[in-house]
Amino acid sequence: MHELLVAPTDKPLFLLGNEAIVRGAAEAGVRFVAAYPGTPSSEIIDRFSQLGPEAGIYVEYSVNEKVSMEVACAAAVSGVRSLCAMKHVGLNVAADAFMTLAYVGVKAGMVIVVADDPLLHSSQNEQDSRSYAKMAGIPMLEPATPEEAYRMTLEAFTISEKFGTPCMLRTTTRVNHCRGPVSVGPIARHEKKPGTFVKDPFNLVVIPAVGRKLRLAQIERVKKLQAESEKSAINFTSGKGLLGIITSGVSWLHAQEAVRGLEIESSVRILKLAFTNPCPKALVREFLATVEKVLVVEETEPFLEEAVRIVAQEAKLPVEIAGKGDGLIPRAFELDAVKVKSAISNFFDVPFERPDGIPAPELPQRPPNLCPGCPHRATYYSVKKVFGNEAIYPTDIGCYTLGVLPPLKAADFLICMGSGVSTAGGFSTVLDRPVVAFIGDSTFFHAGIPGLINAVAHGHKILLVILDNGTTAMTGHQPHPGVELTPAGKVEPRVSLEKLVRGCGVQRVAVVNPLQVKKTQEVLTDFKEKMDESGVSVLISKSPCPLYETRMLKKKKKVVFQVGEEPCKPCGRDCLTVLGCPAFSVEASGEGGERVRIDEALCSGCSVCSQICDSIKPKKLP
Amino acid sequence: MRIFFTGVGGQGTLLATRFVGEAALEEGLAVLMSEIHGMAQRGGVVESSVVIGNGLSPTIADGEADIVVAFEPLEAARALPKCNPKSIVITGITPILPFTVTIGQSAYPDRDSLFGMIRPLVSKLLEVDADGIAKSSDAQRSSNVVMIGVLAGTGLLPISRGSWERALKKLLPENLIDQNLRAFESGFKAGFETA
Repeated sequence: MHELLVAPTDKPLFLLGNEAIVRGAAEAGVRFVAAYPGTPSSEIIDRFSQLGPEAGIYVEYSVNEKVSMEVACAAAVSGVRSLCAMKHVGLNVAADAFMTLAYVGVKAGMVIVVADDPLLHSSQNEQDSRSYAKMAGIPMLEPATPEEAYRMTLEAFTISEKFGTPCMLRTTTRVNHCRGPVSVGPIARHEKKPGTFVKDPFNLVVIPAVGRKLRLAQIERVKKLQAESEKSAINFTSGKGLLGIITSGVSWLHAQEAVRGLEIESSVRILKLAFTNPCPKALVREFLATVEKVLVVEETEPFLEEAVRIVAQEAKLPVEIAGKGDGLIPRAFELDAVKVKSAISNFFDVPFERPDGIPAPELPQRPPNLCPGCPHRATYYSVKKVFGNEAIYPTDIGCYTLGVLPPLKAADFLICMGSGVSTAGGFSTVLDRPVVAFIGDSTFFHAGIPGLINAVAHGHKILLVILDNGTTAMTGHQPHPGVELTPAGKVEPRVSLEKLVRGCGVQRVAVVNPLQVKKTQEVLTDFKEKMDESGVSVLISKSPCPLYETRMLKKKKKVVFQVGEEPCKPCGRDCLTVLGCPAFSVEASGEGGERVRIDEALCSGCSVCSQICDSIKPKKLP
Repeated sequence: MRIFFTGVGGQGTLLATRFVGEAALEEGLAVLMSEIHGMAQRGGVVESSVVIGNGLSPTIADGEADIVVAFEPLEAARALPKCNPKSIVITGITPILPFTVTIGQSAYPDRDSLFGMIRPLVSKLLEVDADGIAKSSDAQRSSNVVMIGVLAGTGLLPISRGSWERALKKLLPENLIDQNLRAFESGFKAGFETA
């Protein structure tokens, strides 16, 4: 039995926030789950994928977040409880579906998990997705801990079903990737029955006349939801005193720790909000009336703070309010207890001695890097050899974005998934320089196809390199439509990348294995010569992610590469300064001399280095 | 009690952190653990934290770590801003060269001077030859568990021996339990002796 499906005992489970959400949804009888992976939300779909068959839940890795929301809403409209999960920027992709689904609503509970990433641990921005819930007029819950994530997932299904609207469960990295005790309940045996769909086009097909009607209904629904948030037990007050704090999510934990650390527990009241959209205005008003000053403690945007200021203005309350507006609570990046203590100390005028900080010493950096044997490194090496620094390299989102770092330096522009190919078209139109765009296989399926069709339709002079490592590597090797390696061995892909590219109208298409350096560079050189002609070229650079391949095929390493006994010839050391494989290092040799060494344990045996340097030889392993 | 863990991708930092969290839970303590995923397999720094006690924030602010467990010397130094003069630092002694060093862009600092820099700034620095201890316990791949054994052996955490062992057994597959119990045992002894 999957560890997340165990029966409850008197001992809590020690769960990641993401696992707690999965458990909560399983207890709520979710039957349909869809997502595209994205940190910090990925473990939700990964765990569902593991336990789906056993629990009788349909689980799919959708091709992107918009698709995941659409397939999941169809289930919910057919009376089947559904869930989709995404990172914050995934909601941008799904926003079109999201905004109008909020009109149409659902028949069974539907939970949309949106995981924000303050401090941009693994993201391109730190947008505060709470504004989306407000914009769409849908209910939103903000858990602070794994325990709350579990309970609020159950609650979200109830609210969604009661009001016929999807409910957003908004988390942040420190909830998704926090592990804590969760006291779980039983997983009821839900009867597996087919969904039911009642034809009702004048409520379900959003032509303008229907949209107008639904818009008015949505406004009424928001009023009812507000009444619900007013009486919700997940919004609560604790402590007593004339100093007030209003907070939500993980900021609540920072605030509690700060209040305790400053020893002002006897004079502070905390309003902890979790049902944060629609704002429980009466509850906030009552709270404001009992305190003299209020500090709003929240991460990133002043979402609660603005709501609180509106309540104070409407009720003409003289209470003093502080937060982001005054710069007391920083707007950028994550909060912590010290930042909150500092704000409290300033605003409530209580003494706070900052701990004696120890300044960060000057140390060599340890940036993440493409793994040894990563085929992306080989592709970048060959592309840079052929196109040099003159070309513009729009890139995309995945492991291969690490190619931005020296020595590869193969990335010039990036804003979001799919932007590589579309921006390449724009650059090629206004610049008199070669443009070579990079995109990964999973990202191409996710958001690259419209950009490619656009480039073909408009004759943009670009070379698109699809870095096809056969998996969604960055987020943990999730499958995509072109997957060939599965636990059962090698299979025909459901969707062939090459046929898809040709189907988009691309005339010049080649597939190479980037680990064959000479061949790859020949094809690239040929493409370069033809790039003056109008039109798009696509190079599918295909070689599986070695980590994924090892795991799927249980392949054992048969060969590694070593620098020969002879000291290497004095050269520009392409291996170090251009290829930059982490298995390489420089060590002292002889009197003040240096030689290049390859770490046998790290070497994956990809052979790329041996194709660029004669001193590097294979060594067979037993 | 706030414990900050830092290491390099591949050192087993997250498993070690979870071990501490599970042991605290076995002991019936309030515990939250925070981890950052995503770059673990790509040679970057991996940081995580365990806080034991009610109503505490799951992250550790600068200057607020009671204990730092570093699996690599350079990362022990990089974690200094998390420390204050009362902090205790437990560090592994085997350097893992960052990529910037191996390609000759920067130099790895002399280990003794790294430790010499840390020692006067904190209340105690424990240098642990985790790889050596693991090897001599016939548990080569369990250096991370040795480090947690040392932490347990110091007696700094209110967690009983039984809870530690139950947590380890809960966390690992059957075939790995014996070697890891050996690693834990040896680490525990080393920690106990230095405390």
